[in-house]
Amino acid sequence: MSEGVVRLGGVTDFPPDPVIVAGLRSGDEEVFALLLDEWSRGMLRLARSYVSTAASAEEVVQDTWLAVIRAVGTFEGRSSLRTWVYRILVNTARRRGERESRTIPVSSVGGERPDGVPPGEGGPEGAALAGEVRELIDKAVGTLPSRQRAVITLRDMEGYGADEVCEILSISPANQRVLLHRARSAVRDHLAAYYDGKGGP
Amino acid sequence: MNCDEFAELVTAYLDDALDDSSRPLFLDHMAQCAGCTGYYGQFTSAISALGALPAPGLSPQTRSHLLTAFREASSEKPE
Ligand SMILES: [Zn+2]
Repeated sequence: MSEGVVRLGGVTDFPPDPVIVAGLRSGDEEVFALLLDEWSRGMLRLARSYVSTAASAEEVVQDTWLAVIRAVGTFEGRSSLRTWVYRILVNTARRRGERESRTIPVSSVGGERPDGVPPGEGGPEGAALAGEVRELIDKAVGTLPSRQRAVITLRDMEGYGADEVCEILSISPANQRVLLHRARSAVRDHLAAYYDGKGGP
Repeated sequence: MNCDEFAELVTAYLDDALDDSSRPLFLDHMAQCAGCTGYYGQFTSAISALGALPAPGLSPQTRSHLLTAFREASSEKPE
């Protein structure tokens, strides 16, 4: 069923919300597995904006899916299903992040990077991006404040539109743009410093 | 428009959110300023590189745990 389904916010032949929701409500495992495989990567990345470790992000994503399983009967379709799921994720991740910041000294989380990404995962583009640059960007993103990190994750890493990002994060369009611009500028600065050191490009 | 003002507007330009008076000033500045043309190129390269980062998925354990939870929840529902 997942064959030909386009990732990164593509609309091509991913089933429309009513089909997905009906499948979830009737217990269609294939539909649930499809969602799990399509959305969990982006959800892990977004969760990582708020919590301190990859393991913690995985728990946030797990808790989110469990909440979705429990609550899909109450989904009213006022937003897209994806926005609804992502909003649950953001709430779950924020709560956990706040708890962590009260219990974990900041100095003990700063060194945890990168997130153990296996080489080549994420398709040919991911494999083609030079390892050094990849690590650098990963590090630059890791230093961003969570609100900036959440916006750049959704817009530039996951390719979501500005409107959906505003809805997921409950922020205004102007605020969304400011956060995105600061985040991008910071990543650009890191890259420029790296290329200046190497003499190009 | 000076270089600092230009740099502040790159994201708005890329989102096609510049108003009718700023847009030509932005484009004029880029056409005349090599430094800002370079900056713009680095900015858009950074965006492309972000889009090409690999994303790890859920661990197989978490995935199968969730599939089990879904199955159990479905079987508990009244017909
Ligand atoms: Zn300039």
